[in-house]
Amino acid sequence: MKTQYSDAFSEGRTRNFEESARESLADSQLRNNLGKATRTIRRKRAIAVEEMPDWEQLREAGRALKSRVVRHLDEYLLQLEESVTRAGGQVHWARDAEEANRIIAEIARSHDAREVVKVKSIATDETKLNEYLEREGIEAFETDLAELIIQLAEETSSHILVPAIHKNRSEIRELFMDKLGLKDLSDDPPDLTNVARLYLREKFLNAKVGISGANFAVAETGTVCVVESEGNGRMCTTLPPVLVTLMGIEKIIPTWQDYEVFMQLLPRSSTAERMNPYTTFWTGVSEGDGPREFHLVLMDNGRTEVLADEIGRQTLACIRCSACLNVCPVYERTGGHAYNSVYPGPIGAILTPQLVGIGKRGSDSLPYASSLCGACYEVCPVKINIPEVLIHLRGRVVRHKQDEGGIKGKLDPENVAMQAMAKTFSDPRLYEGAQRAARIGQWPLARSGAIHRLPGRLAGWTDARDLKPVPQQTFREWWRSRNGSETGTRSRSGAGS
Amino acid sequence: MAVQERFGNRYEEPFGSRLVTSAKEEILHRIRRATHDVPKSEHPEDVPVERGYREQDNDPHAEIVARFAERAAEYEATVHRVSETDLPGAIAEACERRGIQTLVIPSGLPDTWVPDIVEALRDSVRMRLSNEELDKSDGVLTGCALGISQTGTIVLDAGEGQGRRALTLLPDYHLCVVREDQVVGLVPEAFTKLAETVKSEGRAITFISGPSATSDIELNRVEGVHGPRTLEVLIVG
Ligand code: SF4
Repeated sequence: MKTQYSDAFSEGRTRNFEESARESLADSQLRNNLGKATRTIRRKRAIAVEEMPDWEQLREAGRALKSRVVRHLDEYLLQLEESVTRAGGQVHWARDAEEANRIIAEIARSHDAREVVKVKSIATDETKLNEYLEREGIEAFETDLAELIIQLAEETSSHILVPAIHKNRSEIRELFMDKLGLKDLSDDPPDLTNVARLYLREKFLNAKVGISGANFAVAETGTVCVVESEGNGRMCTTLPPVLVTLMGIEKIIPTWQDYEVFMQLLPRSSTAERMNPYTTFWTGVSEGDGPREFHLVLMDNGRTEVLADEIGRQTLACIRCSACLNVCPVYERTGGHAYNSVYPGPIGAILTPQLVGIGKRGSDSLPYASSLCGACYEVCPVKINIPEVLIHLRGRVVRHKQDEGGIKGKLDPENVAMQAMAKTFSDPRLYEGAQRAARIGQWPLARSGAIHRLPGRLAGWTDARDLKPVPQQTFREWWRSRNGSETGTRSRSGAGS
Repeated sequence: MAVQERFGNRYEEPFGSRLVTSAKEEILHRIRRATHDVPKSEHPEDVPVERGYREQDNDPHAEIVARFAERAAEYEATVHRVSETDLPGAIAEACERRGIQTLVIPSGLPDTWVPDIVEALRDSVRMRLSNEELDKSDGVLTGCALGISQTGTIVLDAGEGQGRRALTLLPDYHLCVVREDQVVGLVPEAFTKLAETVKSEGRAITFISGPSATSDIELNRVEGVHGPRTLEVLIVG
């Protein structure tokens, strides 16, 4: 038995990034799957984005709208509550994960539901809702194919969008045969998918309560939406007579019309499609159509702490597209599990430590899980300056250590270097200058072509393999040259091939 | 420890120097404290939002429709273009090809569309089909609210000739009729057109872009997970 380590949102010992990364690096199957997956999605995303002459304008509008929301979050939440209530829904407020779970369990119990069906929701992963419900005697069935795979395997997700990216088809075949008691099954993806369809159809038809997350919720009209591919979201939000939706308080957009921005940004960034197969938008309850009861749970769970940090605040704009994961050289090599959080990759490296609070050994290592190449910032559909936030958080981690450790930390070279970089990253012109400077070897940490040792926390990681220094081309330059040389064959615009 | 009464509506626990009675109040208080740097005089609309993106496709409508047909087909939906007079025949033909015996019909769908060769399972407010009936049916025939050319998307708004959401979800085959004049160019045009339905009636909106799909197993795309595994579109005009 391996020791069980918890993730950043659980009690118990969370490992730090370099400890977990070492393990992932040793797993070549994982690296193969991940490499294939991220390369595929990266290439397709670039094609989907290139088709849009107004992509930069959409990104800017997305960023600005989210900034408007977070600066006036109290007003928007009150407006949302009013709209949802007017449309026949019920709104609940949850300060933390525990409270959110309790509210959801209470609703399920009041309907005598022993089983609930769920559509993938990172918010409920964050609160460990399934485990909570299990303790309360309620079984939660995950209905996304990947989530089902993970749930059957009793594992945790490694990618926001493709959570079972670390499992190949023969592993999945064996898992299904074992857990669903099937004698004969091929490892053909359509066959495996059909098994899931049949197994879950019965669950959908019998569930009394469906549970979902929300991609967006409109303050003006109360309209919530779930953006998905498989149709299980439509099932969960339509068939059970009671629907409970858990959302972080930052998921608001101001008006119905603003969907025009996010419904263009999200599908292209996440699955590299012009539009994802299914999106359901619902406004409270509709007479004779869908659930008779709708509960919307608005959860804080650390988000107001993120909001309080003027630089960190932009993290709340994240629309969970996972584009930043797919371009991250560190993520590509380590996979999602190394981040010990439901939020992996670059977004996880900035979101997790802020949500759980600086000063926790495991998550404090996350802002260092980056070579600061800037690729994540360039692809982010809402222009979150991830490198800036990473540097800023490193500063906070160091300052926290100083406060704990007295005078010694003050001259820490890590600290000095980080502070300088934080300044650079907060100014786009300085940043570009620094990128150029870094290319000729003046970056504080990059010396002879490869970063051989990073100071402090990440030293263990560079022992495992050298990190790439700031690339000779910027990400954008690299991307163009790469697309020129590769024939981006595309028979259709899906994330798969 | 907080004492919870019901659904977190009433709490009593010390917070700062005063008693806070609800999670709602406390969260709002935390937000206000966290955003104290935002000037009191600033209103949400004062935060500038530059909308420099395209709001309307100015191409000739025929091109917009052609693009819709092309892009819907790229999602592995079967797309045919037919004239108004040929529509009933095209519907019957599609049903025959598919071997449809029972076809779900939402209320408000033109009677002339319903082929004689099938048993029509009619759903209405008074006579609702059960989920089992829908699940066992061979397919569903609907109109739509809109088509979006830019993305090849069909939009349903649970209105006349479309029905409640379960109708287009449980059957394994969806035959959808889109009139040429229902096709808009860009995504923003669709949200503009849908605003009225959402704001005054609060009806649910469904965007459908091809049949459902998963790429969860080694990123191999598999068409049809839940929902109709086959989508066929008839563009009329
Ligand atoms: S940080 Fe940006 S790129 Fe990363 S998941 Fe969030 S929205 Fe997408």
